[in-house]
Amino acid sequence: MSGRWHAGEEAVVVGHSGPKIDGMARITGQALFVDDLRLPRMVHAKFLRSPFPHAWIRSIDLSAALALPGVVGSMVGEEIPRKYGAIPVCQDETALAIGKVRYVGEPVVCIAAEDEETALRACRLVRVEYEPLPTILSIDEALDPARPAIHHDSRKPSNVLRRVSQDYGDVEKGFAEADLIVEESYDYPGSTHVPLESHGALAVWEADGRLKLWTSTQNPHYVHRDIARVLGLEAAQVRLIKPAVGAGYGGKCDPFCTELCASYLAKKLGRPVKIILDREEVFYAHRGRHPVRMWLKMGFRNDGSITAIDFKAQADGGAYSSYGVVTSYYLGVFMTLPYRLQNYRFESQRLYTNKPPCGPKRGHGAIQPRFALELHLEKAAQLLKIPADELRLRNIVAPDTETCNGLKVGSVGMEECIRAVVKSSGYAEKKGKLGPGRGIGIAASAYMCGALHPTYQNELFHSGVMIKVDRSGDVCLFSGTADIGQGSIHMLATLCAERLGLRPEQVRVVEGDTSLTPVDLGSYSSRVTFMAGNACVEAADKVRARLFAAAAKKLKVEDAALQAAEGFIFVKSEPTQKISFVDAVWLAEEAGPLVEAGGYTPPKIGNRFRRQSVGPSPAYSFTAQVAEVEVDEETGIIRVERIWVAHDCGRALNRTIVEGQLEGCVYMGVGEALYEEQAYRKGGILRAPSILEYKIPTLHETPEIHSIIVESHEEGGPFGAKEAGEGPQLSTVPAIAAALQDATGIWLRDPPFTPEKILKALERHRAPLS
Amino acid sequence: MSSESILSLRVNGQPFRRLVPAERSLLDFLREDLGLTGSKHGCDVGDCGACTVLVEGQPRLACITLAVEMEGASITTIEGIGGPEGPHPVQKHFDQQVASQCGYCTPGIVLVLVALLRDDPQPSESRIREVLGSNICRCTGYTKILAAARAAVGAA
Ligand code: FES
Ligand code: FES
Repeated sequence: MSGRWHAGEEAVVVGHSGPKIDGMARITGQALFVDDLRLPRMVHAKFLRSPFPHAWIRSIDLSAALALPGVVGSMVGEEIPRKYGAIPVCQDETALAIGKVRYVGEPVVCIAAEDEETALRACRLVRVEYEPLPTILSIDEALDPARPAIHHDSRKPSNVLRRVSQDYGDVEKGFAEADLIVEESYDYPGSTHVPLESHGALAVWEADGRLKLWTSTQNPHYVHRDIARVLGLEAAQVRLIKPAVGAGYGGKCDPFCTELCASYLAKKLGRPVKIILDREEVFYAHRGRHPVRMWLKMGFRNDGSITAIDFKAQADGGAYSSYGVVTSYYLGVFMTLPYRLQNYRFESQRLYTNKPPCGPKRGHGAIQPRFALELHLEKAAQLLKIPADELRLRNIVAPDTETCNGLKVGSVGMEECIRAVVKSSGYAEKKGKLGPGRGIGIAASAYMCGALHPTYQNELFHSGVMIKVDRSGDVCLFSGTADIGQGSIHMLATLCAERLGLRPEQVRVVEGDTSLTPVDLGSYSSRVTFMAGNACVEAADKVRARLFAAAAKKLKVEDAALQAAEGFIFVKSEPTQKISFVDAVWLAEEAGPLVEAGGYTPPKIGNRFRRQSVGPSPAYSFTAQVAEVEVDEETGIIRVERIWVAHDCGRALNRTIVEGQLEGCVYMGVGEALYEEQAYRKGGILRAPSILEYKIPTLHETPEIHSIIVESHEEGGPFGAKEAGEGPQLSTVPAIAAALQDATGIWLRDPPFTPEKILKALERHRAPLS
Repeated sequence: MSSESILSLRVNGQPFRRLVPAERSLLDFLREDLGLTGSKHGCDVGDCGACTVLVEGQPRLACITLAVEMEGASITTIEGIGGPEGPHPVQKHFDQQVASQCGYCTPGIVLVLVALLRDDPQPSESRIREVLGSNICRCTGYTKILAAARAAVGAA
């Protein structure tokens, strides 16, 4: 199990369980989130938002609002004319609407006042004259050329943001060789992240003429770059700091109006500006799961092997692109894992509609197709009369192979995952035998560990880590990562401590500060453990080498004879021969300050397919899950009772934290399977923009979750580690759908599986075929 | 404009006397006027529990409670529960089980459990589940929170 980083040595800290170094700060209420910060003379700003899904803005009258006592200033869209966006090739959004609104809830005016209440009251006094336009609220409407283009001012006005079409092997030949062809349509709904902390920003211009911006973000680096560009500043003029973040799940990857308007108004007013979204605004800020309409055709031989996949997906993206271009690729790219496949065709479209923008949500773009593929396998297994677990086992890709679309796979713990959940759940004994209204289902999946390519083209490192140690014994690690609750601070401290022979709590971590910390691309696409972890090990190893050189001189041995553990550097063969960590630092400082840095650049994995630049990753994680459900056939109410989830995360750096990620993923999957939907009323108004109405699962709706860590060794991962934060969510919904089918005989292909849908399907199921 | 009144109360054992506007929520009063930012805004309408504080030892949603209703009351916030040096057993077990991921829900949930254990040091599993059902955590799937709660009961 030992990684290339410590060949021949047993890891001491890596693989431990238990507390995070930053845990107590959160548990005692001391962690500071952006809304907890305040500055002298700070003002508060609020947004006036559009009541129309699609309309021209004819005029804006601010006079009554500005006359309200306590109002300090305001801004409108024209004041920041440059377009922003997460992906440089399709920036199409402005901080505030200019001339036209494209979704209900789009910010139009921003007003600052001495307190929030006054800012809100002032917003209500603004008079905006709108001229409504025909609206586009569905995939079909977006595809209707008779409808107006939502981005009428783009170079090629169209409601299709991106079309992707890929073809590998020979799909027709594959189907010709099939003994069984299964073809179905699926509809996956939109859903939203609902981080408990809303988006917020606090901006101040300092005496040196620079902007300091605290913001609740997952991607400090990308947001930093884009905010500076849009405001017409040099990036070096802006210092972006990520305080404690009350989670994101993908919802805080984009730049937002909060950051742009707080920064702009702070300059305009000469006072610090804080903007915190309220709960309803967070629902409208969205960037959540795309609703996707899918069509899937698969060919199988009688032995269960897959001969071809043909897949089409149409994604309803909302009014702006966000990460939509990436989504259009992610919808197809992971369909070639974890099952062997030679012939694959894929087509997707990502569309504009007059709704809040969709973007990345945990398992970005991969959740929807995975649902279709896994439920498809369940159907095929039944038709082929092969147990569903067995069908999957027969098709697993081998380690160290390349998929037909050019994904280079290293370690594969898929088989162990499937066997683990089958065994611990008693799947084989229970399937089809649980009695009326009870059922069990299985599904599996694969996911990425970071993207090989950044969102803007460059050849530089993706993660940088700097470690500063000084004679006081203080070890301070600087990283541009963004801990949003997933535990990346602890991950970095763990790896550093492991290499320096310390305990994680002896490492201080400064992260997510664009002036202090080396660049890291951010908390997206499950990249942090893999990429920042590697950078961290490299930096720590450089510090270690200097400490060992100094210690070796003192102890009169070769560097290679030394080991570091428990605060000492000692001779491996004679552990009493040792010096303390602090003494070693003192000696090492004779050669100058003990500051070292490491960086991670993904390997230049050539992909045969140039068009496949979005999706490939340096490594892939694997998951299997089994769900057990109970369905009340009278009321249609379904309960997920238990979920067993096994995940191949490579080496588990902290077992408790990995388990927590599995549990969080399953929980979010259960929400999407049974309850949650970002649904709209006729005029593009959200049906359920509150925690209660949106139906976030409480403890009562959450199943018992049994998490099983399957360890593999990923050659390129830090101590062999891969990811755990997103992949485990992929197979939850299809496992539940399969269990529902086992319980009732009905096939539901459009989550969430509400009582209404279940009752209707049961009725159809019982009705004699006419 | 709104009227203001003098409010006298105890927070974390310390007496305070402040002039507060009639419509100020207890949550804003604690956060803005007293600087006790451990209680969080999650929804401001009573749906999530992130703002939970203890009033006379009982959990209360500070976002939908008016500060002026608290005349003469004794309030405990997360800041009054124990710090890293002397954590409450519930906090200790939250730490050990990593029951806090982003931590935004954590102060509220810790307080709910502290109140439960004070009333009933050996609550049944169903009582623990019932009590925790009122707070939203979006990160953990509640699994580690339950484990921490069970461990805290065992330790009590
Ligand atoms: S903030 Fe009070 S219940 Fe959500
Ligand atoms: S730990 Fe993030 S909401 Fe509970």
